[in-house]
Amino acid sequence: MTNQPLLEVRDLQTVFELDEGTVKAVDGVSFDVYPGRVLGIVGESGCGKSVTIKSVLRLIEEPGRIANGAIRFRSKILGNSSAEMVDLVQLPAKSAQLRALRGNEIALIPQEPMAAFSPVHTIGNQLMEVIQLHQPVSNEEAKKIAVNRLKEVGVPNPEGAMDRYSWELSGGLRQRAMIGMALTCDPLLLIADEPTTAIDVTTQAQVLSLLRKLQQEHQTSIIFITHDLGVIAQLADDVVVMYLGKVMESGPVDQIFHNPQHPYTRALLRSIPTVHTKNRSRLPTISGSIPHPFQKRSGCPFVARCQEALPQQKCANQAPVLKAINEHQSVSCFLHQGGGNVS
Amino acid sequence: MSVESTQSKLTANTPMPPERLLDVKQLKKYFPIRKGFFKSVVGQVRSVDGVTFHLNQGETLGLVGESGCGKTTTSRCLLRAINPTSGEIRYRQADGQLVDVTKLASDELRPLRREMQMIFQDPFASLNPRMNLLDLVGEPLLVNGVANRKERSDRVADLLRLVGLRPEYMRRFPHAFSGGQRQRIVIARALALNPRLVVADEPVSALDVSVQAQVLNLLLDLQEQLKLTYLFVAHDLSVVRHISDRVAVMYVGRIVEMSPTDELFLAPKHPYTAALLSAVPVADPRIRSKMQPLEGDVPSPSNPPSGCHFHPRCPFATELCRQQAPDLEEVQPNHFVACHRQAELSLLGVSEPT
Repeated sequence: MTNQPLLEVRDLQTVFELDEGTVKAVDGVSFDVYPGRVLGIVGESGCGKSVTIKSVLRLIEEPGRIANGAIRFRSKILGNSSAEMVDLVQLPAKSAQLRALRGNEIALIPQEPMAAFSPVHTIGNQLMEVIQLHQPVSNEEAKKIAVNRLKEVGVPNPEGAMDRYSWELSGGLRQRAMIGMALTCDPLLLIADEPTTAIDVTTQAQVLSLLRKLQQEHQTSIIFITHDLGVIAQLADDVVVMYLGKVMESGPVDQIFHNPQHPYTRALLRSIPTVHTKNRSRLPTISGSIPHPFQKRSGCPFVARCQEALPQQKCANQAPVLKAINEHQSVSCFLHQGGGNVS
Repeated sequence: MSVESTQSKLTANTPMPPERLLDVKQLKKYFPIRKGFFKSVVGQVRSVDGVTFHLNQGETLGLVGESGCGKTTTSRCLLRAINPTSGEIRYRQADGQLVDVTKLASDELRPLRREMQMIFQDPFASLNPRMNLLDLVGEPLLVNGVANRKERSDRVADLLRLVGLRPEYMRRFPHAFSGGQRQRIVIARALALNPRLVVADEPVSALDVSVQAQVLNLLLDLQEQLKLTYLFVAHDLSVVRHISDRVAVMYVGRIVEMSPTDELFLAPKHPYTAALLSAVPVADPRIRSKMQPLEGDVPSPSNPPSGCHFHPRCPFATELCRQQAPDLEEVQPNHFVACHRQAELSLLGVSEPT
């Protein structure tokens, strides 16, 4: 592992300007993705994890926009030297540079492969289209690459699968084909947005072990989005915990699960039932529910549900910032930033 | 044929033990596949293919399986929300009388509907957006003859308090509530007529993890207070382990294993149960399983494999498994397994937390 990150997201702010008001879907998010490592972003619905990766892909559409921040990517095709990073936020939307990047150096595995594949084109056609868009190869060569990819992701009878339509495949096979498509151009960064949420648990196990195998073989970096802490624990090297558009805590997976520092991370880990929980015991819960995004907030987004909130309304009035508490782990909480002393 | 022998064995008119609330025997639901201009029947989807289980009063039976295994169809058949193709569903009414739900005419079913209620999966789809809470939760009361407005709103207020919502919200509409709160409304509505049996079809799968725990706790509390019996349908094994007294595992229309919860999770006896358990990602990065995921996909219930439905994916399958479907047999007290080789296999369950 080199110490130079492949992707640096700094203070990213993505807002949606709606009639009802402005929603800060992503509010000052920073994280790094290192070469050959898997970053898991975990959070409940509405925490901004999907908007974060859409921002990285520059796929935010009106009325949303990236209001602030930088997304620096170490691109091979856009950068002049390997040391230089390109700020994706600065590239014009719909530019040729972005198109050259997407699908080639940064690829996406979407949540619902049924919706992502075109139902009127064969799997083979769609794979070959991606290949020929980014590589100057003949139809025959493109077909050969596509078949190899399908073979690699474990699609039985890959030649036959080329001529089939997405709706002829089962959920698991469709997701395999999708992974094959995302990997066609050997991307530097693979973004997987809840890739196993729509499929069954035995199929999920197949897809996860496939992703892990491919990641190790190709040394691809992955950003893995999920709300399932089990999946994160099994796959990720580093974890970012998000809540209401903000990063609550980030660090190596072992630290997050065995030494969580933020009250939200701790509460989240306590409240999930696992196959190990004692039968018919009461689960510790997080009281309340996720606040509405339109709600105006000052202070820490988690304060209303936090059991460890500091006295004198400090947490309600002032927003903590993400600070490193040791070499790897960062926490956004006053508990770890000089305790209750109002600075 | 083994299927027929089971059939005759199980439909023998045995008396129902007093603690039983519900006894389901050889329940089948086939959906016809129609094709062509004359819509002639060209095949059957065997969604539920001979399911036998029972529910004791006051307990929770978890029904788990992957999508398409027939767990939802089974639960709908119990309430006659759909009519089963064949089989027997014996239910002990509040007055102690036994009835076969499958044989009742629709007007005879109505009094039973009060006693059996359903909680649906998606609280965004199961609440009419144009009705306020009073109408939503009060509708079952109205239908069942509580015509007095005052009486109804008092009862609705009680119900809302019971599920942890403020009675002042009674005039609000569903859109004003979050997913977890909506599911509480659905639960309040299901409880309006003091049911004895509640069929909960994936009641927490549409909710966020932090809210899931609240609703699960609520269901456990209500069961204790109101002496409810739950059939809890879910695909999430962690949730099922948490809430169930006993668990039944379904695969392509059949129950493959049924036993008390801890026994099933710690010492599964069916290879499919073991595979299902090992496929659940453990929320601990220090236990990165080296498990071999199952090969292949869940077969379609319109064209299931011969013999044991699991044999094409089963690492232990023999010639016998390919030819003959195993019966669901009680191999230990209260532990039912449908596997030819269950006696020789020693399968791994989940490891106990350290």
